[in-house]
Amino acid sequence: MEKIGVFICTSCDIGKRLDIAELENVAKEQGATSVYSREFLCSKEGRAFIEEKIKQDGLDAVSICACSQRVNYDVFDFENVAVDRASLREGVVWSRFPVGEEGNILEDTAEYVEGVSFKDELMALAKDYVRMSVAKLQSYKFPEPFKPEEEISKTILVIGGGVAGLTAAIESANAGFEVVLVEKEKELGGFVAKMKAHCEVKHPYKNLVPPIVNDLISQVENNEKIKVYKGATIANISGMPGLFNVKINVGGKEEEVKIGAIVLAAGFKPYDASKLTDLGYGNIKNVVTNVQFEEMAKNGKLVRPSDGAPIKSVLFIQCAGQRDENHLPYCSGYCCVASLKQAKYIREANPEAKVFIIYDHMRTMGIYENFYKTLQDDPGVFLTKGKVVEVSEGEDGKVKVIVEETLLGEKLEMNVDLVVLAIGMVPVTAEEPVLNLEYRQGPGLPPDELELFYGYADSNYVCFPYETRRTGIYAAGAIHQPMTIAQAIEDARGAALKAIQCLVAIEEGHAVHPRTWDYAYPEFDLKMCTQCKRCTEECPFGALNEDEKGNPLPNITRCRRCGTCFGACPQRIINFKDYSIDMVGNMIRATEMPEQGYGLYRLMAFVCENDALPALDMAAYQKKPIPVTFRIIPVRCLGAVNVSFVKDAMSKGYDGILLLGCKYGENYQCHFIKGSELANRRMENVAETLQQLALEQERVTLHTVAIDEIEEAVKKMNEFNEEIKGFDENPFKGW
Amino acid sequence: MKSLPILVVGGGISGVTAAVEAAEVGAEVILIEKEPSLGGRVAQLRYYFPKLCPPTCGLEINYRRIKTNPRIKVYTMAEVTEISGEPGNYKVKINIKPRYVNDNCTACGECEKVCEGERVSEFDFGLRKTKAIYLPYPMAFPMKYVLDKEALAEGDLERIMSACKYNAIDPDMKEETLELEVGAIIWATGWKPYDATKLDNLGYGKYVNVITNMQMERLASPWGPTGGKILRPSDQTPPKKVAFVQCAGSRDENHLPYCSYICCLASLKHSWYLAEQDPETESYIFYIDLRTPGRYEKFYKRVEKEARIHLIKGKVAKIEEDSETKDLIVTAEDILSGKRVNERVNMVVLALGMQPSIAGMNISGLKVDENGFVISENGIIACGCAKMPLDVMSSNETATGAALKAIQIIKLFKS
Repeated sequence: MEKIGVFICTSCDIGKRLDIAELENVAKEQGATSVYSREFLCSKEGRAFIEEKIKQDGLDAVSICACSQRVNYDVFDFENVAVDRASLREGVVWSRFPVGEEGNILEDTAEYVEGVSFKDELMALAKDYVRMSVAKLQSYKFPEPFKPEEEISKTILVIGGGVAGLTAAIESANAGFEVVLVEKEKELGGFVAKMKAHCEVKHPYKNLVPPIVNDLISQVENNEKIKVYKGATIANISGMPGLFNVKINVGGKEEEVKIGAIVLAAGFKPYDASKLTDLGYGNIKNVVTNVQFEEMAKNGKLVRPSDGAPIKSVLFIQCAGQRDENHLPYCSGYCCVASLKQAKYIREANPEAKVFIIYDHMRTMGIYENFYKTLQDDPGVFLTKGKVVEVSEGEDGKVKVIVEETLLGEKLEMNVDLVVLAIGMVPVTAEEPVLNLEYRQGPGLPPDELELFYGYADSNYVCFPYETRRTGIYAAGAIHQPMTIAQAIEDARGAALKAIQCLVAIEEGHAVHPRTWDYAYPEFDLKMCTQCKRCTEECPFGALNEDEKGNPLPNITRCRRCGTCFGACPQRIINFKDYSIDMVGNMIRATEMPEQGYGLYRLMAFVCENDALPALDMAAYQKKPIPVTFRIIPVRCLGAVNVSFVKDAMSKGYDGILLLGCKYGENYQCHFIKGSELANRRMENVAETLQQLALEQERVTLHTVAIDEIEEAVKKMNEFNEEIKGFDENPFKGW
Repeated sequence: MKSLPILVVGGGISGVTAAVEAAEVGAEVILIEKEPSLGGRVAQLRYYFPKLCPPTCGLEINYRRIKTNPRIKVYTMAEVTEISGEPGNYKVKINIKPRYVNDNCTACGECEKVCEGERVSEFDFGLRKTKAIYLPYPMAFPMKYVLDKEALAEGDLERIMSACKYNAIDPDMKEETLELEVGAIIWATGWKPYDATKLDNLGYGKYVNVITNMQMERLASPWGPTGGKILRPSDQTPPKKVAFVQCAGSRDENHLPYCSYICCLASLKHSWYLAEQDPETESYIFYIDLRTPGRYEKFYKRVEKEARIHLIKGKVAKIEEDSETKDLIVTAEDILSGKRVNERVNMVVLALGMQPSIAGMNISGLKVDENGFVISENGIIACGCAKMPLDVMSSNETATGAALKAIQIIKLFKS
């Protein structure tokens, strides 16, 4: 940017604690073409003032030296003008205070060290912020939306034709999009089609209704916008969102379609009951699974498999092969309601028949308590908590079941015509990649993502249930999480919305979640690439493929703009228009470093803008002091901190560098999966750099805080400040 | 013709999600919230489950999505009073209560410093007071103060008005009525804790150390009344033995007939909070069924390992107070052993069920069931806990799904 205007707000203690004229001078020295200061910049008048000056002076960029970038976002937004925010309020006057020995706040004029007042240091900080902001805008280039050369496809591929897939297809088509539906079986409908009935999916949630998929199938088959492939699988997917090439295998023949986004609804398989021999399965004919029992009920054959005799008594064993470390460690969420439903089949077919349901915890979640109640009043249905300890052949073709720890407090022996095992769900992604992606990082969802929840294509973000690590691919139904039919329908609608949203983002040329506002994207200067493969390995979203030489091949619409590749690159050849190696380097170089022997240290902090920066802002609202030594540069993610930043700051003479990011590990909060974790791993490279400069390793430290840990964030900064006092001055000062 | 906007009613996690998801496909969205800040129930929680992370982390990203999306317009302190019309073309009356603080507010906090009047903080479920002029919570959206005129002390108004350098305080602000024309309505008004005083035998309101699960969240929150230390109300000491009463109000024909979905998990999470504070703390969880469906089983196992929990299958019959120590004696029947249990504890947490926020209200044009849950009909789509009891993740699935139904109704993409 060439014509940069600096606007300094004098309100909210800025004018009270800072010398505004000095700041104006600094802005001019740094190269700003226009410099103004004014009170209450965020008022209507303040904004109008800036707008007028933009026009009058022909500015193409403005630095708003006022409050944090997190507030008044909408106020300081000007069409076709680059905006940077220097946080003089939260970052300077509300967070830096002279603290006396007893923790009391002193006057700014108080002497800080010999010959230097706190005010001097506060001004030095504020000036650095103004300089950095101007330097940043000098290196800033307007992002241009990414527009692929080929025409983008807006067709949605739905993998799986069960209740979730059918719903996703219909809902996408009804929203106006073309759909390709691929079903592995010869018929649509999935598991639900094989059911006799299920609990209704709307108010009052207590009656049994015929399978809802019958209607969904006819809607799909009569919808012109939906093309259905039955008996088909996905042979290969290459490309990227908006430009996927999908090869579909239909009866041995391959067809290729252009696809924009994908809903993964390939469902589940029932757990392999042959592993449940201790519950009699496989050895005793009259022990069946709930899946088999459903089929018996649908076919109207409620008879004993062993001899065809009518069933007069049935015992359901809940959690069969579930919630068990030797089988499925999780709960499948649907089986309690399913067994209650099947109990109803039996009672309706034969009012004399008796049903026993042995459970550990009856899990009829939420509104499905209504359905549970309809069975509780039935005297022919006997429900008890208990542990099945033995299943064996009884007399007259009956099955003998021994149950302990029942509510009756005694050991029960029951002889029933049939035992039904309530077996669980296994998502198909637990066993096969399904997608068959031609991605450098593998054909399926990343293994470490799948491991989080037993092979489910699930998200680790409570707030963002559709965030998988493969952009443009959204899971729905029982492949996503164990769920009921009603939930699968809701889930499929959500996944369809996300798929449509991805297509809109590609068309507009910006990123998808979480940086939906971002039009910039990484650009690779491959001439200097050494094929080290760090970027292609570390990209959390698998956005980069590789050519045979090991050069990265970016697929921009897969990219989430986290900057992990930017942070990883030792050659510094990856840059964004609005975030680059040069930009941050220039910002660091723009700050003023006192000469050797000044007596006070200068520290740099790279702070994650998603968690740590908000925590520091909140500390500022509460006027909690952080050391005046720190210059803070907010970054999109710690993963986007390149070692060059450390080198630049150390060469400049900074005495210590703190990287403050979000928590990693089991409860990780990084919106880009593992930015802070990667940054931590890269500390080895940092150590190497420090060694080359002959500086102590401890001068660069990484800490993590959660967004709500306001006190902790402040404490970490103060502690680091104290630690660095233990070292000599950085010898590079003044070079 | 351009599509009419989508109205999202409720600015909790479901409403915020529905609003941003719809706006990010291109729809115009009006988001209204009855409280002075967005965030809803999740903003009051310390952590989510199963991932123990602060909800404000996700709110921050969502707020940023709102701030950077010109298609979303937010009104706080606003409620729907009447709906008429049909899908694609609704007329909705909105009542906006006066905030008495205008957009000039910079959140500088000078007013709060000089204000003497105080009010009970509903955000903290009565566990502390705020000044009459206050910021709803540290990460409020919008980041603006709000004035409770009733709570002003004598001379406060003059003091706060002269402390404000930005003419932000406007005591003459009036209640307003807006009439909006919208194409579809997403109803996401969420839930409120069931009224604990209706549960006579459990001693809430009578015994000071009987608290609710949402109060527990505030105690554990680093921004809460105790700065994140879980202290029992009678003497501000950390409890060593805590009883959790599950299904307090839920699964009970006399109160809430349904299961509230989250309370078992919330109590497990609270046991974890207690163990984090002091690993020796004992939690006694009195339950009917322990409901940790799906992947939440993993969380149950984690808490079993990391906290000292005792699970007792049985409904609590009564709670009595030792008037001297203010300890509580919980009486229940252990159904498994058939024995009567009398457990002396330092604090009791009622795992209160969720009731739809609008239960008992009559909103013209909105269809509800016998419990006050909203039934989706025509162009009105219910999501989150306004629809049925749900956890956060499923709420957001329904909210995202609701955004899809809404864009269909307003015909955002004409085929």
